[in-house]
Amino acid sequence: MRKVFARPKSMKDMPMHYCPGCTHGIIHRLIAEAIDELNVFEQTIVVAPVGCSVFCCDYFDCDAYGASHGRAPAVATGVKRVLPDKIVFTYQGDGDLAAIGTSEIVHAAARGEKITVIFVNNAIYAMTGGQMAPTTLLGQVTTTTPKGREKELNGSPIKMSEMLSVLDGSAYIARVSVHNPAGIFKAKKAIKTAFETQISGKGFSMVEVLSTCPTNWGMTPLKALKWLEENMIPYYPLGEFKTPTEVV
Amino acid sequence: MPRVVFREERCKGCELCKEFCPKGIIEMSGIINIMGFHPATVIRMEECTGCAICARMCPDLVIEVEREDKAIG
Ligand SMILES: Cc1ncc(C[n+]2csc(CCOP(=O)(O)OP(=O)(O)O)c2C)c(N)n1
Ligand code: SF4
Repeated sequence: MRKVFARPKSMKDMPMHYCPGCTHGIIHRLIAEAIDELNVFEQTIVVAPVGCSVFCCDYFDCDAYGASHGRAPAVATGVKRVLPDKIVFTYQGDGDLAAIGTSEIVHAAARGEKITVIFVNNAIYAMTGGQMAPTTLLGQVTTTTPKGREKELNGSPIKMSEMLSVLDGSAYIARVSVHNPAGIFKAKKAIKTAFETQISGKGFSMVEVLSTCPTNWGMTPLKALKWLEENMIPYYPLGEFKTPTEVV
Repeated sequence: MPRVVFREERCKGCELCKEFCPKGIIEMSGIINIMGFHPATVIRMEECTGCAICARMCPDLVIEVEREDKAIG
């Protein structure tokens, strides 16, 4: 008998603080599996965000920085430029990356910083109690949009992957989802490709992962996966928006 | 024969493994674990194929899978 599935070695053996069924945990594991498979565990540095994943550096068994809200790409830029042999990645929510940190992410991508960004889009500000994020869907009820997000009042949700993929500096941009086993398989593949893009020095890489927040969406974990599939995927299409061969 | 091992004390009872097990052999246990959740447990281990789908859906690394053949993807 041998183990065919066990905790990846770049993840610490400790319980995670996420709510039951929250897919942050799945995304953490996929990152750790990719790091293990690429054999870069010793060189990897994570930059943690502000949001529910603020303590993600407690779970990844690598060196870490904690950035202030939205600033992870700027911190990662500094780390990667000073230590170009390290593999540097940020882990950011949609409030962190697409609201307060919009400037940092856009310019890091535009400069073609050789970092990897794992962007967890759960369509809400989760840690602070479920306020509207730039990625909240039209009609979606949050604590600050009690009647549902309205286009007239709040504008339409921002598609970050599409937006960043038109910048010359970005090399690999993909959107994936972890709502079922097939999605998880593809998500892992994209995360690995993003790290490979960084390792081969091709430029900026980002994987947007559609994720659930059962607690603030007010749903069971299973219902949340279904809601993601039926509501988020139609607005946020999955796929690779840019691959390194397209880099000019 | 393949075997799945659940660390019941780490389970938050989210039921994702139960929903996605192709054999339908995972149930929520009647006991309450140290965190106050009903942990997932396998009711008919002899039907387990070792596909590890439960473990891939688990957000909390509760599940380990053992099999006789080589590792899967
Ligand atoms: C400068 C600053 N402004 C506001 C906050 C409050 N705050 C903490 S987390 C958060 C939103 C996080 O949402 P997101 O990035 O989507 O992550 P999630 O919690 O959904 O995983 C906000 C606004 C803060 N910590 N710092
Ligand atoms: S509040 Fe939402 S995003 Fe945060 S840990 Fe709970 S389920 Fe996950």
